[in-house]
Amino acid sequence: MTPRLSERIEAFPAALKEQSELNAVITDTSSQALAHLDGDGTQGPLSDCLLAIKDNLNLVDSPTTCASWTLAGYISPYTATPVQRLLDAGAAIVAKTNLDEFAMGSSTEYSCFGPTRNPYNPDLVPGGSSGGSAVAVAAELVDAALGSDTGGSVRQPAAFCGLFGLKPTYGRVSRYGLVAFASSFDQVSVFARDIDLTARVFEVIAGHDPLDSTSAAEPVTSFSYDEEHARSLTIGIAREYEHEGLDEEIGSRYRNLIKFLKSEDFTVKEVSLPHTDYGIAAYYILTTAEASSNLARYDGIRYGMRARVEGDLEGLYTDTRSSGFGPEVQRRIMLGTYVLSAGYMDRYYICAQRVRRLIQRDFLHAFKEVDLLLTPTTPTLPFPIGTKVDDPLTMYLSDVFTVPMSLAGVPAMNIPMGQSRGGLPIGLQLTANYFREETIFQLSRFIEQRYSV
Amino acid sequence: MATNSLDSIMEKWEPVIGLEVHAQLATQSKIFCRCRRTYGAAPNSHTCPVCLGYPGVLPVLNEQVVEFAIRMGQAVGCRVRSLSRFARKNYFYPDLPKGYQISQYDEPLCEGGSLSFYMEDGSVKTVGITRIHLEEDAGKAIHGLEDESYIDFNRCGTPLVEIVSEPDIRSPQEARRYLERLKQTLQYAGVSEADMEKGHLRCDANISVRPRGDGEFGTRTEMKNLNSFRGVERGLAYEIRRQVDILEQGGEVEQCTLTWDEAASETHLLRTKEEAQDYRYFPEPDLVPLEVDPDWVKAIKAELPELPAQIEERFTRDYNLRFQDIEILTRERELAAYYEAVVDGGVSPTEAARWVLGEVLRVLKEEHQEIGEFPMRPEALSELIKLCSQGIINRNTAKSVFDIMLTENLSAAEIVKRDQLGQVSDSATLEDTVLQVVSGLPAELERYRKGETRLLGFFMGQVMQATKGKGDPQVVRGILQRVLDEA
Ligand SMILES: [Zn+2]
Repeated sequence: MTPRLSERIEAFPAALKEQSELNAVITDTSSQALAHLDGDGTQGPLSDCLLAIKDNLNLVDSPTTCASWTLAGYISPYTATPVQRLLDAGAAIVAKTNLDEFAMGSSTEYSCFGPTRNPYNPDLVPGGSSGGSAVAVAAELVDAALGSDTGGSVRQPAAFCGLFGLKPTYGRVSRYGLVAFASSFDQVSVFARDIDLTARVFEVIAGHDPLDSTSAAEPVTSFSYDEEHARSLTIGIAREYEHEGLDEEIGSRYRNLIKFLKSEDFTVKEVSLPHTDYGIAAYYILTTAEASSNLARYDGIRYGMRARVEGDLEGLYTDTRSSGFGPEVQRRIMLGTYVLSAGYMDRYYICAQRVRRLIQRDFLHAFKEVDLLLTPTTPTLPFPIGTKVDDPLTMYLSDVFTVPMSLAGVPAMNIPMGQSRGGLPIGLQLTANYFREETIFQLSRFIEQRYSV
Repeated sequence: MATNSLDSIMEKWEPVIGLEVHAQLATQSKIFCRCRRTYGAAPNSHTCPVCLGYPGVLPVLNEQVVEFAIRMGQAVGCRVRSLSRFARKNYFYPDLPKGYQISQYDEPLCEGGSLSFYMEDGSVKTVGITRIHLEEDAGKAIHGLEDESYIDFNRCGTPLVEIVSEPDIRSPQEARRYLERLKQTLQYAGVSEADMEKGHLRCDANISVRPRGDGEFGTRTEMKNLNSFRGVERGLAYEIRRQVDILEQGGEVEQCTLTWDEAASETHLLRTKEEAQDYRYFPEPDLVPLEVDPDWVKAIKAELPELPAQIEERFTRDYNLRFQDIEILTRERELAAYYEAVVDGGVSPTEAARWVLGEVLRVLKEEHQEIGEFPMRPEALSELIKLCSQGIINRNTAKSVFDIMLTENLSAAEIVKRDQLGQVSDSATLEDTVLQVVSGLPAELERYRKGETRLLGFFMGQVMQATKGKGDPQVVRGILQRVLDEA
């Protein structure tokens, strides 16, 4: 047991109070963490670390809210596999963090606990849906945090908060205990301020879990930096990501990094991902379809909120679900129900599945030629709170650069690339072939060491 | 409602029926979690976050469930897909915790088999099996005395196979026999207890009628809740009458879903075509496609237990019994096994069948017992039958011994000895008795010797009475004949 860690856990509530205006945390679990630490002083790869987890990950005897009234009063009877692996590695889990309700959103504004604020400028959003976890790490309340990334929910807030944010390969990390938004996309993901800790946390949570049959059996290699290996990597640039809506400062940072890599004698190749433009549409059809089914269980019968106890069953369902879910969640449930309906299934769901396969093929083709793809993470810098809440289509476009990797299931990570003239973080994204997270770490480490903005 | 008999209706009209049967598989645990599969346990005592659909949980497929479903598929000659998929069937009901049922949709585990069975007239009927797929059972809603409702989730996640037949069934009797044969096959294959009273077996039907000789199918209705053999027969007869009535009055049958009310002996409309549920099936993203190794299927097929048709054939060949007797003896695997154990005890098959079909089934019926609960071991019954066929006791005595054996834990031989029930066949002892009886009846002896030989029966009766029924009749008759004829 590290005395320093116990002191840090004890100091957490005060630190949290100091940063309360950021509204990053829903539940302070530091007293439970302290009790756990007293119980056994496990020495493990994370035994010096304070961690936070997004509040859609279950921790036994703690509330799991998913930032929804629907789960008011719900206390989890079990711990999620990745969370248990953190605990087994000696980490102290001190907070459950704010998010967009059921992880649906790109700004952490759709939360029944109110919006989380960006530590670089509290008038701006931190990105989402894992905004609370990003802010907890950026504000140095914790060393690292888990989020979940369905279409960019970790990479985008990492870009907005100046952090490393890794979405592993789909199936790398067990989803057992992660409250489902879109099951075939959701992936437990990592935030940290440096690449070493990002890799360390990833290695702890990754690996097959008998409780999740979609988790991969692929072995997890441990990351050790090898400059020669890093320099041997071929970098791909996708012309489809030269987006017209791309922020000027992000664009110039992107081109600048490419120039730097070329100057360091990296092989940089242009590749094509021709189906990129269909990504957003396919993504919203498939994820809302899965969400409409995944969220059917919140009916007020067994746990969570129930709107009333009288009247007929139909009324109980309607009232519970209309008052429990916020507007964005209701919008997606309705959209998802529609795209799966008889007569529309072929036009939407089946078609989107076809697009998904084409996008997967795009990536497989690209990775025959290159080891990594370098792209922007977000089209814009952090935007002011309240500006996109009522404009879902614009909000959905925040994910334009992150969604294709989620459709394909390949690993991708945001790397912080300094700040804009106005002092806001800028991030770029590295994407690797399936199960090649380690390649991302190698180049990130090279950039971290060698490149200065 | 027409008063015509069903037979006369069916002279003009032909029903076309297909059955969808849900059978609970008798696996150790549930289909997607480790909870034990139970019946009659305290409500909600066998549940966990997975089968209760708590936020964040995931299903993990139980391999034994797949094995049992494949075994059933093999028992009815289905092809097993090397790759099948699970799908979500979405609908809201309080007994369905996730708001969807994990089932299989367009890629089921088993396809294309058939089931053959005898009709009462001895003819053989074959019904095609379209598919057998896996799914999970829902919980059970229990409605209280007031307005309140409770839900017991113990049943939730119990593995089911849905067995869908082709529309090959042509009468309510055929439907009943199909269902009986299916139940028998499930039990013989050892994959389900298939007890309809416990809801292990639940039946829905699709039914239409058409004028005899017509090639086209009529508009069909779906009937739910045909959950007893009697219910299947009566419910379908009711619906055939209803449809024929409509058609004979020039109307049209409307596509709809009905539910059979057994107590009221009538159907209720559940929903019309317009109200049909849209289940929004889509591939289950929480489970990987189910891959089945063809070698595994072969191994399961090789280890398949004896099936009803096979045992029927074997009994006919080896035991030379009447068709009707075989049908009853093999209806349940346990009864057939009991019968065979009695035969194996060294008893003639005919004699064993006489006892099992007679005394054993009589007691089971009187006591409302299953053969598994029958207190007399088959070896004990064999021993009793042997005492009888060896002439140590006669048949009437044997029946009394049988009844004593049911309540007292003694062997047939022990009871015969204790109660001194053994037949006396010792000639010297019997000769003494005969001489005593004959010398006590001089008038009758006189008449006999004067030619009234039919008095032999009277003397027999007197001697048997004197031996308290234990005299071996054949020995007694021999001695008596000799004594009477000695002049
Ligand atoms: Zn369970």
